[in-house]
Amino acid sequence: MIVAERKPLDEIIGMVRPFKNILILGCGTCVTVCNVGGEREVSLLDAALRVAITKGMLEEKVISQYTVKRQCDKEFLTSLLGKAEEIDAILSLACGVGVQVLADTFSDIPCIPGVNTIFMGAQPEMGVWDERCIGCGDCRLFETLGICPLSRCAKGILNGPCGGSKNGKCEANKDVDCAWLLIYDRLERHGQLEKMRQYYPPRDYGRLRRPKRVTIL
Amino acid sequence: MAVSLLEEKLNSKEFVVTAEIGPPKGPDVSEMKKNIELLKGRVDAMNVTDHQSSVMRYPSIGGCLLIKEMGGEPVLQMTTRDRNRIALQAELLFAYSRGIRNVLCLTGDAVEIGDHKEAKPVFDVDSVQLIRMIKTMESGKDFAGNNLNGKVEFFIGASCSPEAHSIKPQLIKFEKKVASGAKFFQTQGIYDVSSLRRFMQFARQFDVKVLAGIIVLFSYRMALYMNENVPGVSVPDEILEELRNTDKTQALKKGVEIAARTIRAIKDENLCDGVHIMAIGREHIIPEVLEASGIQK
Repeated sequence: MIVAERKPLDEIIGMVRPFKNILILGCGTCVTVCNVGGEREVSLLDAALRVAITKGMLEEKVISQYTVKRQCDKEFLTSLLGKAEEIDAILSLACGVGVQVLADTFSDIPCIPGVNTIFMGAQPEMGVWDERCIGCGDCRLFETLGICPLSRCAKGILNGPCGGSKNGKCEANKDVDCAWLLIYDRLERHGQLEKMRQYYPPRDYGRLRRPKRVTIL
Repeated sequence: MAVSLLEEKLNSKEFVVTAEIGPPKGPDVSEMKKNIELLKGRVDAMNVTDHQSSVMRYPSIGGCLLIKEMGGEPVLQMTTRDRNRIALQAELLFAYSRGIRNVLCLTGDAVEIGDHKEAKPVFDVDSVQLIRMIKTMESGKDFAGNNLNGKVEFFIGASCSPEAHSIKPQLIKFEKKVASGAKFFQTQGIYDVSSLRRFMQFARQFDVKVLAGIIVLFSYRMALYMNENVPGVSVPDEILEELRNTDKTQALKKGVEIAARTIRAIKDENLCDGVHIMAIGREHIIPEVLEASGIQK
């Protein structure tokens, strides 16, 4: 799941200011699930912009709203083709991938990002999202029994905990569990501590070099 | 054959004392020079910290060169937080060419706790991998397998936290550092000699030298702060109580007394090979700590 958060309203107002006809475009997949860019949030942002206009914080606009199933897939953007002609700018509430596919598809219309895309993560409890994968291209979850030290350790250490954890929490963020203590506990419970005793060489960061491309036929 | 003076001292079974020098925040090294001058005849080696607590300072390598020029024995602290494998190897080549032979391999503190919170953390390698990197360079190859035009040689050190809340994972890491090539350890600050005793029962199985970390406390508030914020350090209640009951004007004296008491206990029991004294910005009091511990070099 791609997790994002809405940009501050002031920033959005600054970006839409030069345009008259604005389409707020939601995305029905990841950002809908994390309550940031689905139909409901499109409608909330529409209302917030209208309030800003009423208060004189923003000039008069023609605002419309629409939500597609997925902005990261060109196929789902074709339904917009008829609507696009009168639009001066699209304010997208999709992740960074969605905004780019949108901008490529409608290359004559400025596309404005309405959210900040943060990470790939999961929801451990209602309303809380935690990063779980950095897309490193060389998954080592077998060695750690399903706990990723790259996305969950502040230092991405591969060979065991640093000396920094206190009461099981990370030195960089006291609200976050030390990934290596979690890994240790899980390996111990499964009688597989030898996996932690093993030496792991540095990562091949060539696999993380950007831009990445994969061909799947 | 010992690689460095520090290794030679540790091999001689002498009770070794190293001390930490914190480089300045800025280009003026006069204070650091004063501290080096004060300590060089009194301790066996001086570590220079590498942007400790992720606070940007004068570099460790610069401090080590000063120590070398002034006739002291430097320990280059090297973290993997700020440099990738290319920069780390280059710095090791430079250090070697300038006569620096002791390296303490650390992963380094998180960027988040320092004074450049927006900096990009590197962590291309970790401390265990850094040790292996040095071992590879000692074989005349760089970490990518290319030939070097000569070999380097270092006395390789690492750190460990005997008072960490979860000790077992730390011991696994300690073993990995030993297996990778670490020859000496300078521990995180220790206040409870019994935890050092337990740790040494484990560490004694390995052919490595251990210097127990001694962080000098200056006040009750500092002790509380350390418990709250400093990784791997826990000041026990008795010491907290002792500091709390000490008049503020006498707190530094009390801190020196506590440090000296710990050092004496370690030395009398022959618990480990020496101590590493960290006075965090108050290096000038280290001679007092040594005197109170009955240590003369």
